[in-house]
Amino acid sequence: MTTLTITDTGAQLKARRLPKWAPWAIGAAAIAVGLGGVTYAADGGPVIGAIVAALLYFIALVVISTAVEGARSAKNRAASALIGSAFVLALLPLLSVAATTISRGLTRLDGDFFYRSMNGITAFDAGGGAYHAILGTLEQVGIAVLITVPLGLSGAIYIVEYGRGRLAKWIQFFVDVMTGIPSIVAGLFVLSFWVMIISPLFNDGRPAYSGFAASLALSVLMLPTIVRSAEEMLRLVPNSLREGAYALGIPKWRAILKIVIPTALPGIVTGVMLAVARAAGETAPVMLVAGGAFAINGNPFSGQQTSLSLFIYDQAGTASQYAPARAWTAALTLVALVLLFTVVAKLIARRSKLTR
Amino acid sequence: MTDGDMNRPANTGPSVLPAQRTSENSFAGLGGVSSPDTAADEFSPRTALPSVEVPTRTAPAPAPDVTDAPGEPLPRKRRVGGEGYFKAVTTVGGSAVLAIIAAIALFLIVEAIPSLRANKENFFSYLKWNPNPLDDAHFGIASLAFGTVLSAAIALLVAVPIALGIALYLSHYANKRVATILGFAVDLLAAVPSVVFGLWGREYFAGPVTDFSVWLNKYLGWIPLFSSETGFGHSVLLGSLVLAIMILPIVTSLSREVFMQTPREHEEAAMALGATKWEVIRTAVLPYGRPGIVASVMLGLGRALGETIALAMTLGSSFLISWSVVEPGGNTIAANIANSFGEANQQGRSALIASGLVLFAITLIVNMSARAIVRRRKKFLAAAAT
Repeated sequence: MTTLTITDTGAQLKARRLPKWAPWAIGAAAIAVGLGGVTYAADGGPVIGAIVAALLYFIALVVISTAVEGARSAKNRAASALIGSAFVLALLPLLSVAATTISRGLTRLDGDFFYRSMNGITAFDAGGGAYHAILGTLEQVGIAVLITVPLGLSGAIYIVEYGRGRLAKWIQFFVDVMTGIPSIVAGLFVLSFWVMIISPLFNDGRPAYSGFAASLALSVLMLPTIVRSAEEMLRLVPNSLREGAYALGIPKWRAILKIVIPTALPGIVTGVMLAVARAAGETAPVMLVAGGAFAINGNPFSGQQTSLSLFIYDQAGTASQYAPARAWTAALTLVALVLLFTVVAKLIARRSKLTR
Repeated sequence: MTDGDMNRPANTGPSVLPAQRTSENSFAGLGGVSSPDTAADEFSPRTALPSVEVPTRTAPAPAPDVTDAPGEPLPRKRRVGGEGYFKAVTTVGGSAVLAIIAAIALFLIVEAIPSLRANKENFFSYLKWNPNPLDDAHFGIASLAFGTVLSAAIALLVAVPIALGIALYLSHYANKRVATILGFAVDLLAAVPSVVFGLWGREYFAGPVTDFSVWLNKYLGWIPLFSSETGFGHSVLLGSLVLAIMILPIVTSLSREVFMQTPREHEEAAMALGATKWEVIRTAVLPYGRPGIVASVMLGLGRALGETIALAMTLGSSFLISWSVVEPGGNTIAANIANSFGEANQQGRSALIASGLVLFAITLIVNMSARAIVRRRKKFLAAAAT
């Protein structure tokens, strides 16, 4: 009986499906109608044309698929199309930002830009450069690294190796929470704590804006990132390495310093570099506590400083026909710097033998 | 004999001292053990230990000045000292995070009080921001708070569906190599500094968004959101769209992680019932990842509420409560701090710090609830894995 029914319905067991080329054909037709029809024939512009093409593709796909394959399969195709288009939508701004930054940043990418400051450059002068800003960024981020790496690393060691009980849980939780503190709040904190309360003590009672204050603010932002990444890396170190060290009679703290940390080092360095990349792009905290400057000031502990990101913000707001070009070139420099750090960090991470 | 050789590694456990090995080897060789029974395993160290232990213990005794050599028991005091100091240092490092968060709250409150005392309006309900006159300060965060919530809400509305789509694409649609490359592209989006987004939004993106605003106003102008009396330009819409681009990678990366953790069994069970790919996602992946989605959205919200420079550069900086998103205007707490800081005197700075305190409290609450969800989730995941 059963065998009989199967042979009877054998032809219908396999659901009818659209051929593989069907979505592509529908897509081509939609683009032809959208771009050809709307953009050129109806003079709707490329953006509207693209939107019409996308909508046409979507509707045609659903209708044809419903007719041939049924509602469930049509829903599946619709979801796939939507999910795929989400990606295109996200890549568009990335490409646009990259293209704009490169094309407009190249106009002032000359020697002057990297060897001169804005000292004495008025709104009517074409030259000027960002030497002082690049110097400021490097110094501020460098000091922030010197502050946060020992602090963050010891915090991570505490969480992974020593922390038991409530304190460790609270620390872990607040490290996560601290990653979400807005950068402007970090800037306000250093403003109220360092610039307005501590620094007047050794500046004749007047608040002192300085590059060091900026590095303090950047430290507040970098610390949780570094603790978090170092913590993750230390957890990946196999326990057998620690136990092997203990079996040889090495005290725990030496085992951590000599065995656990060297093993996790590539990952820790990656975390630090990603934190540096993030900190180098921060504007708001630097603006609040470093004061900004037009001349070269190599001393982060006295006198106002600026940074590359603050330079971009300043130039973007300056009423001068030459300022936008400087802002874009500075943006290009900053993006290149940040990307360099990010890519190197990822390459180092790839060399790490520890994997999840 | 070959059997005996193969058994040897099993017999020499990690706890056996090097000196014992010779005797154990001879034992294995003598016995020619063909089957490694537990009796032989336990027997060998017991016989070997007393005969060999004596010379190894006495050997280092004549050199008491070498206290640091690894492998030797250190003098008791010194060992406790090193360990204690190190542990204390790391505890301080860990507690620094708690101390900093407490210090942020403390110092912001201390610095905010003077201006709040001088304020002649209700801080929470007054619209304008005029804190600088020493005896006549009028300021409030009502319009700023409204603008912050409005721009963050629009940004989330735009970014979350797209981000979830990308996350699903990366975790369930793209093959591994494509997913790696595209995931890297999303990471690059996260690496672009906010000031660059601000510059791009102000100098380039404002054009297309203005065109779009005109179109919206033309066809949907009867909706209050898209009505405009003062033209178009640096509007809430522009700021929110820039903001959406900036929070996209945050929402994507966490939800992608959660989607990837969906138990394989759940997906395969759905497939075995004949589910299409979308049905697998709807019935297995999304329900499992719901807490993670909520957490990632809240993290994105935290970022959107606190974003400063990009909004300071793209918003029109007004102090009104207006529902129109297409006309020039809009402001947020953070953007106002950046915009008003330059002309603020001592009292003005204190007022800005007061508004920053509100922002800190809001983002702290948002982030804490997001993290609490993720944390609970982690336990759940760990339980599911075992």
